[in-house]
Amino acid sequence: MKNICFYFQLHQPLRLKRYRFFDIGQDHYYFDDFQVEDRIRNTVEQAYLPANRTISEMIRSSNGKFKCAFSISGVVLEQLEQYAPEVIDSFKELAATGCVEFLAQPYAHSLSSVFDESEFKMQVEMHTAKIENLFGKKPTAFANAELIYSDEIGEVIYKMGYKTVLIEEAKHVMGWKSSNFVYTHSYQPKLKLLVRNVKLSEDIFLRFSSPSWSDFPLTAEKFIGWIAASPAEEEIFNIWMGYETFGQTQRFETGIFDFLKAIPYHSMENQIGFVTPTEAAKKSEPAAALQIPYPISWWGHEKDLSPWSGNDLQNEALSKLYSIGERVRLCQDKPLLHDWLEIQSADHFRYMSHKDAFGSNYETAYDAFMNYMNVLADFMERVDTQYPTTIDNEELNELLKTINNQAEEIEALEEKLKRRRKATLND
Amino acid sequence: MFGWEFPPHILGGLGTASYGLTRGMAEQHDMELTFVIPKPHGDEDQSFLKIIGACNVPVVWKENDWNYVNQRIGHLMHPDEYFWLRNGIKYDFSRIYTNELGCIDFSGRYPDNLIEEIGNYEAVASVLAHQMEFDIIHSHDWLTYPAGVFAKQISGKPLVVHVHATDFDRSRGQVNPTVYAMEKRGMDAADHIITVSDLTRRTVIEKYHQDPRKVTTVHNAVEPLPNADSFTKTPRRDKVVTFLGRITMQKGPEYFVEAAHRVLQKTKGVRFVMAGSGDMMNAMIDLAAQRGIADRFHFTGFLKGRQVHEMLAESDVYIMPSVSEPFGISPLEAMQVGTPSIISKQSGCAEILTHAIKTDYWDIDAMADAIYAIVKYPAMYESLRNLGREEVNNIKWYDAGIKVRNIYNAVLGKL
Repeated sequence: MKNICFYFQLHQPLRLKRYRFFDIGQDHYYFDDFQVEDRIRNTVEQAYLPANRTISEMIRSSNGKFKCAFSISGVVLEQLEQYAPEVIDSFKELAATGCVEFLAQPYAHSLSSVFDESEFKMQVEMHTAKIENLFGKKPTAFANAELIYSDEIGEVIYKMGYKTVLIEEAKHVMGWKSSNFVYTHSYQPKLKLLVRNVKLSEDIFLRFSSPSWSDFPLTAEKFIGWIAASPAEEEIFNIWMGYETFGQTQRFETGIFDFLKAIPYHSMENQIGFVTPTEAAKKSEPAAALQIPYPISWWGHEKDLSPWSGNDLQNEALSKLYSIGERVRLCQDKPLLHDWLEIQSADHFRYMSHKDAFGSNYETAYDAFMNYMNVLADFMERVDTQYPTTIDNEELNELLKTINNQAEEIEALEEKLKRRRKATLND
Repeated sequence: MFGWEFPPHILGGLGTASYGLTRGMAEQHDMELTFVIPKPHGDEDQSFLKIIGACNVPVVWKENDWNYVNQRIGHLMHPDEYFWLRNGIKYDFSRIYTNELGCIDFSGRYPDNLIEEIGNYEAVASVLAHQMEFDIIHSHDWLTYPAGVFAKQISGKPLVVHVHATDFDRSRGQVNPTVYAMEKRGMDAADHIITVSDLTRRTVIEKYHQDPRKVTTVHNAVEPLPNADSFTKTPRRDKVVTFLGRITMQKGPEYFVEAAHRVLQKTKGVRFVMAGSGDMMNAMIDLAAQRGIADRFHFTGFLKGRQVHEMLAESDVYIMPSVSEPFGISPLEAMQVGTPSIISKQSGCAEILTHAIKTDYWDIDAMADAIYAIVKYPAMYESLRNLGREEVNNIKWYDAGIKVRNIYNAVLGKL
C-alpha cells in the first residue's frame, strides 16, 4: 500500500533591529519587536490558523486517517506564546487527535549541527523538552533546521536516541535512487532516513498557482493520480514544505485550502494512506544505505550549506559566533542565554548571502553583515564581562570543573555523613 | 562629437568619460570618430580618433601663406586642412575677436566668460558642419549643446546629446537660469538624449520635461588600470578613510566630517583624509576643528594623475557622500585598486555596483557604521576588496559603446 507522509516546518526568526556600532556596549536589546510582531501576526492570520483549521477538518472528515507531522522551532514557539497563543492552543487540539506527530530539531533553528556539536545536543534536548511540555509527547523523529544532514550529524542524532531522520532529495547524493523508499544511515543501520520528494513538494509550494506551469491548475485528483500511477514498489511519498505555504506563499484565493481538503477523499479512493515519519520508518524495509559525507540541506540548486556559509562574510560571522559557544554555555545569566539562542537562527546568515538572501529585510548582504556583527560584538562583550578572555578556556574549564566537582564532592560527603549519622543512631 | 575636455589635460570627470567612451566605441570597426575640443595641447592620444581643436578652425576668412600657417599651427593640424576648413566659412563672424589666422582663442577651461566661449564654440561648429562629412552629431554636456544644435540646423543630421551632469546636480536645486536655458534648448533639439544614470534620466524627464521615450541611460564604465598592481598599500597602524574629489556643496564633504566624528567617538586608530580642493575646504577645516577631531583629520590639497591612484590604494575605505552625483567614476577607480567604497544612494554609479556600501548622503549614522564595519571586520574588507575589484573589472566601455551605437542606429532609422 502506498502512503503519503506530510511534514510541515514552522520557523520565523527574531529579526534584529538596526544596531549601529555606537550602540555596542550601550544597548543590549537586539530585536525589532514591532517587525517581529507584525510578521508573526501576519503569518498566523494568513497561514497558521486557517491551515490548522483545515488540517483538523481533514482529520475529522477522514475519521483520523489523515496524518501529518510538524516541526516547530523553539524560536517561533516563543513568538507564538507571546503574540499568538491561540495557535499553540490549536496545535494542542491537533496533538490531542493523535494524528499529528511533532518532530525534534535544534531549538534556535540554528546551524549548530555543523559548527558546534555540544550546542546542537543542548538545543535538541531543549526543544524536545519544550515540545513534550506543550504537546505531551516526546518527539521520536528528527528534522534538522533546513533539513541539514550528513553522516556525521546522523550519527550524533542516532546516539541521542532518534531512530528516524528527514533528509532532502539531493541529486548528488541520491543519484538514480528514488526518494519513495526508506533508506538508512551509511554505518548506523538502525537509523532510518526519509527522503523528501522534491517534485511533488514543489508542485504544491512552488508551482501550485503558477499559470505558466503545464499542469496548472493542480487539483487533488490529478495530484493523487500521479502518486497512484507510480511503480507499485514505491511506497512512501514524502511531501514536505514550510507551513507558510498554505495561505502565504500560496494565497487563500489560489484555492490551496480546498486543494488540501480534497486530498484525503481522493487518496482513499485510490487506496493511498497517510503516515507520520515515525510510522513510515517502521512500516517499510530500508532499500539501501545512503552515504552523505558532506552536509546537504533543502535549499538552492546545490542543496548544500552555501545559502548560510557560502561567502567570506557568512563564514566570518559563523566562526566568530561559534568561537564563544563554550564560554556562553558556562554562563548562568538568563537574558544572555536567550539572546545567544536567538542570534543563532540560520536566517541571520542567509541574509548575508550575495546570491540567495531569501526573505532578507536588508538591502544588501553587507548591510546584514554589519548589523549582525555589531550585535555580536556587543554580545561578546557581555560574555567577556562574565568570563574575561584574559583567562583562557582551558584554565577556565579547570576552575569550573573544580567548582562543579566540589559540589559533587560535598554532596557525596554529605551523603556519607548522613549514612554515618543514621548508622550511629541505629547503634 | 563635440566635447570640452580630453585627456591628458582634464579638469573633471567629463574628460575621463569622453575618452573612455570614444575609446570603447572605436573598437567597433565601422565607426569613425572626430572629436572637437576647444583647445588641444597636441599630446592627446589620437590613435583611435581624430581630434580637431576649435582654436585652429578659421571662422573669419583671412588670407595667409601656407608656410605661415604651418609655422603657427603645424604641430596641431595640417595646413591643408586649415585651408580646406576655411571654405566652410559661410557666415560673417567678424564681430568675434580672432587672431591673424581668423581663428578664435579658446581657454579650454571654465573661465569667467564661459558663456561667451560657448558662443564662440558654436561659431566653429557652423564651419565644421558646412565642410565636414558625418552621420551623427554627438554633444557632450551642456557647454557643447549650442554647437550641436547649430550643427544640426546646418547639416540636418541627427543630434544626440550626452548628459554627464545637469545644473540640478551642481547647484543642489538652485539652478542658474542661463545654464538651464542652454541645457533645455539642447535637449529639446536633440533626436535622442543619453544620460549617464537612471538618476540623471529622471532629472532630465522631470525637470527638463523631456519625452521618456527619447531618453536612454548608458552607464559609464572605467578604463582598465594597466598598472593596478603597482599601487600598493603600506602597512600602517591606523586605518585610513579617504574622501577624494572637489570639496564643494555637490560632493557633501560635511557629511564625511560628521561621520568621522561619529566613528572617532567610539574608536581610535582611524585617520580621515580629505583629498582635493574646492570652495568649501576652509569651512571643512573649521568644522573638523569644531568637532575636535583635527588631530585625526587631514587635508592633502589637490591631487592629480598617479597621486590619485596612490592615495586611493593607500586607503582602507573610500567614501563619496555626494548629495547628487550623475555618475561618479571615482568609486570605480578606488575599487580597481582594491579599496572598499562607500557611496551615497544619490550617486549614479550606485545603480550598477553591488559590492559597495550604499547609504543615503544625509545618513551619517549609516555611513559611520559602514566605516566602522570595514575597518573592524576583516571579512567585510576582504569581501568588498576582492568582489568589488572583480565587479569593476567587468564594467567595460566597450559595452557602453555598443549601447551608444544602438542609439545611433535607432536615430538613423537603421534598426
